[in-house]
Amino acid sequence: MARRAGTLNLAAGAAAAGVGLLTLVPLAAVAWRAGGLPAPGPADWAVLRFTLWQAVLSATLSAGLAVPVARALARRRFAGRGLIITLLGAPFLLPVIVAVLGLVAIFGRAGLMNAGLSALGLPTVSVYGLGGVVLAHVFLNLPLATRLILQGWLSIPSERFRLAESLGMGPAEVRRFLEAPMLAAVMPGAWLAIFLVCLTSFAVALVLGGGPGATTLEVAIYQAFRFEFDLGRAAALALMQAALCLAAVTVAGRAASRPGPGAGLDRAGARVPAGGIWRRAVDTLAIGLATAFLLAPLAAVVVSGLPNVAGLPPAVWAAAGRSLAMALAATGLALALALPLALAAARAEGRGTGWGAIAMLPLAVSPMVVGTGLFLLLRGLAPPAVLALPVTVAVNAAMALPFAFHALLPAARALTADYGRLADSLGMAGLARLRLLTLPRLRRPLGFSAGIAAAFAMGDLGVVALFGDPDRATLPLQLYRLMGAYRMEAAAGAAVLLMALTLGLFWIFDRGGRADA
Amino acid sequence: MLELDAVRIEQDGFRLAADLAVPRGALVAVIGPSGAGKSTLLGAIAGFVPVADGRILWDGRDIGALAPGARPLSILFQDQNLFPHLTLAENVGLGLHPGLRLTGSDRAQVAEALARTGLSALAGRRPGQVSGGEQGRAALARLLLRRRPLWLLDEPFAALGPALKAEMLDLCAGIAAETGATVLMVSHDPADARRFAPETILVAGGRAEPPRPTAALLADPPPALADYLGQ
Repeated sequence: MARRAGTLNLAAGAAAAGVGLLTLVPLAAVAWRAGGLPAPGPADWAVLRFTLWQAVLSATLSAGLAVPVARALARRRFAGRGLIITLLGAPFLLPVIVAVLGLVAIFGRAGLMNAGLSALGLPTVSVYGLGGVVLAHVFLNLPLATRLILQGWLSIPSERFRLAESLGMGPAEVRRFLEAPMLAAVMPGAWLAIFLVCLTSFAVALVLGGGPGATTLEVAIYQAFRFEFDLGRAAALALMQAALCLAAVTVAGRAASRPGPGAGLDRAGARVPAGGIWRRAVDTLAIGLATAFLLAPLAAVVVSGLPNVAGLPPAVWAAAGRSLAMALAATGLALALALPLALAAARAEGRGTGWGAIAMLPLAVSPMVVGTGLFLLLRGLAPPAVLALPVTVAVNAAMALPFAFHALLPAARALTADYGRLADSLGMAGLARLRLLTLPRLRRPLGFSAGIAAAFAMGDLGVVALFGDPDRATLPLQLYRLMGAYRMEAAAGAAVLLMALTLGLFWIFDRGGRADA
Repeated sequence: MLELDAVRIEQDGFRLAADLAVPRGALVAVIGPSGAGKSTLLGAIAGFVPVADGRILWDGRDIGALAPGARPLSILFQDQNLFPHLTLAENVGLGLHPGLRLTGSDRAQVAEALARTGLSALAGRRPGQVSGGEQGRAALARLLLRRRPLWLLDEPFAALGPALKAEMLDLCAGIAAETGATVLMVSHDPADARRFAPETILVAGGRAEPPRPTAALLADPPPALADYLGQ
């Protein structure tokens, strides 16, 4: 056991050191640079307030609006229900900048909604500012919230509903005794997950926010870094962002999971009661509105972008190539970090070692914090333009790590439980064990994790903007530039290309993991 | 010779003491009430269960610090003795090289071991595509190739029917006799012990007793064993 654990601990220790290099070391660099600076000014506090406020609004609206949609999906059975639930998974992978472009096409100044409003003689609305930022966050997170809450509904054993019906409970009693306790257990987790995502929102706030009244911390770091080239202020803001994330992650970790609804046999037949005509109408409305809200922006992008893909300028294709290479490198690095940590965590089960906590570290720092820190550390070694892509690879790999780790952990546990002792007894260790046992048995979660990491990296408009060199732009950055130059047709074409590459990468990796195991 | 020298195992309130020796080439059954620690005893010898105190010796050499794969023994578990994603030939080949880097003569040995256990026609199949008995044979073929002098069998054939189990035990005894292996076999069935093992270790009441002749032990069982046997 000693020798085998040695190889694994070495690999996991190296991965842990890598995670530290990508999180704690940049954070320390930021803290060191920010030290001795004057206390944050009123503008900084305004940015902090906006960051918190938009995240609270986004999380509350996303989770709140998800309840009727999830309830409708839980109690209705109709053709296309499965398709809608699958579709709800897509925005998780969708490049944020594509979503923003689609929302502008529908809700923007020249968008469909304002065209309709002015045709009716009503005042038009603006998609920019707090409203637009929250709208985009709801668009991106409503599906996630709906899926989480739908899980909650489906986790109530059907026997409970049968019992409720046999006791003559009406809708109000079912809500009080069955659905309200489930929501009380599920909603805080969903709310916190969305709140965390929105705290570090960059691309949405970059395009739809702006100005002192609608700037998130991530955008403020970017502006201080790129336009004012005030590294001290960037570092001070980054420190603020890191403290915020750390506090939020700590609260999220503490939020004790309440007991679930208990076990049931899930007998077929009894399920969430369907209710009468009134509830049927409400459910139809909820599903219809949510689907339209999610599909219309994407449809707008595809319709206006598809004819323009072939005529995209060479710079866009070059950026696409760079993005692909960057995404593949980030995927490889993310898996190289996640796999040893997951295996070590599975092996250390019950002995309470901190491998899992290490894998979660990237959640406590934001991409801009890491990017700023890495720049501070490396600027003496190479010009910023050279650093742009390697730093982007590293940051994207770190950000994908928590997801990849969580996807791998259950399979790593099963592998250790089922075959760990057999492999040990045969003396399988090191690379032979990786090749003959670990990789073949973990193919599926590895493929899925690789798909998630590749899609995240492909669609990410984040730290690469800090360096923003036109010759080293990624596809999302190129798309942002086209939007900034009001070349909306080319932007839509690039968006279609980006969407296709992102979803295609996920599909290929995930598929590769499933093929003939 | 296997010696357990004042070995003590302690796990979450569970305790087991063993002070015994098994001569080379012996076929020994390990019986006792469920939960008494039969599997734990084998796990400690194999290196999966930590030993709190005492020494485990093979031919006078302390093997307690060796990794499981480096100990002079092979172990078969109750289940999961084969990797489901590898063919029977590959599973057997792992007995020669844990990284499956096999030379031409290695491959010939694998083919020979498969032939000896009647699996030649199934060499390219995966465990899920063959019967439980054939899976057991493949595990025995690997045992044969590993050439370790001590075999620990933790009821690997318990899931098989009586006739098939008897056939497996006979095959196992035959191969053990050919190779001169020492065998410790956990069983909850006294018939297995009578059929296979001239001697038996009784595990009961927190102690693993030194081996005694099986027939005499079963004819005049001590109280703990009598309770278990229902006599």
